[in-house]
Amino acid sequence: MTKETSLEDRFQHYVDAENKIEPKDWMPEKYRKTLIRQISQHGHSEVVGMLPEANWLTRAPSLRRKVALLAKVQDEAGHGLYLYSAAETLGADRMDMVKDLLSGKAKYSSIFNYPTPSWADMGAIGWLVDGAAIANQVMLCRTSYGPYARAMVKICKEESFHQRQGYEIMISLANGTPTQRKMAQDALNRWWWPSLMMFGPTDDLSPNSAQSMKWKIKRKSNDELRQEFIDKTVPQAEYLGLSIPDKDLKWNEETKHYEHGEIEWTEFYDVIKGNGKCNKQRLIARNKAHDNGEWIREAANAYAKKQSERKKHQAA
Amino acid sequence: MSDKDNWKIWEVFIRSRNGLSHKHVGSLHAPDEEMAIKNARDVYTRRSEGISIWVCPSESITASSPDESEPLFTPADDKVYRHPTFYEIPDEIGHM
Ligand SMILES: [Fe+2]
Ligand SMILES: [Fe+2]
Repeated sequence: MTKETSLEDRFQHYVDAENKIEPKDWMPEKYRKTLIRQISQHGHSEVVGMLPEANWLTRAPSLRRKVALLAKVQDEAGHGLYLYSAAETLGADRMDMVKDLLSGKAKYSSIFNYPTPSWADMGAIGWLVDGAAIANQVMLCRTSYGPYARAMVKICKEESFHQRQGYEIMISLANGTPTQRKMAQDALNRWWWPSLMMFGPTDDLSPNSAQSMKWKIKRKSNDELRQEFIDKTVPQAEYLGLSIPDKDLKWNEETKHYEHGEIEWTEFYDVIKGNGKCNKQRLIARNKAHDNGEWIREAANAYAKKQSERKKHQAA
Repeated sequence: MSDKDNWKIWEVFIRSRNGLSHKHVGSLHAPDEEMAIKNARDVYTRRSEGISIWVCPSESITASSPDESEPLFTPADDKVYRHPTFYEIPDEIGHM
């Protein structure tokens, strides 16, 4: 046995025994690379995820809705930071990650390439998109890499208000005027399928999943998580009196699960390739925000320099 | 990007209330200690998680290496006599 394989065996045993891996522990290079890719993509998703909702911040229908949405968007910025920090513990450089996002090289969740033309989208996003993200993130609280798991615990604590504020918006609209009901149904129609796609391709078509499961980075498969989400969400839609846009959706008494219709995977791959409605717009917005922040980064640097010189002077 | 690398990484420690010690909560980037505290407040205490913040540059932390963990920590494993349960006290005595 070569030294490398025996180290890898020891690593696997360690993970199998439900131990956490910490930054300075030995780990297979591929484990490190997989995590850097996954964690940075996750971070990018939090950051780009602010954009669809930013569209409604200044047009929220009441102060109550506005402060809630602002707080949610601010949380997502924080989530991005926790995740970039977790990736940094693996040796990734934050400016490199930011650069890769801005240049379009890095991926982020495709869900954020869909537009938000109506206020009801704020309800549907909180309810469905944050709901799907929560399913994934609750699983990741038990991921094998310590800093990632800890970031997820923190994020999950904050996420639950996101979903509740979204669902509350849906309740108001669903119980409102006929036009408001229609808005709610229309948002559900547009967000349902993309939300199911958030869990990624079906198990037979996600080749990297097996290794991630073996290393306990992932603890549940894409299909398992998707099923969990559907089973939880369908009764919530029923409570709203809205209908899920899937004519094949039915309860299976034997399995105690919902069966769903075919997902349009061509759409999923098309949006990943960059052909979603908002791919370009999102990157332009991110770049603009970054460039507009340049002066404040410069000011902070200048201030820090001045302060440290002043301290030196006082000490002398 | 002109600002590459000149913002240090800071480790953040929060005391959630008096009576408890500061606990490591994560890290962030900042140009100096003052901004690090301000950023830590925005990032790590948005829901009243703390009443006091410590920050220190990541680079100034010295850590033990996982390779030394055997010589460092296993000597304590066989010293059961350092624990109260090692000593036999009759039940009549009650809690001691
Ligand atoms: Fe988030
Ligand atoms: Fe969220």
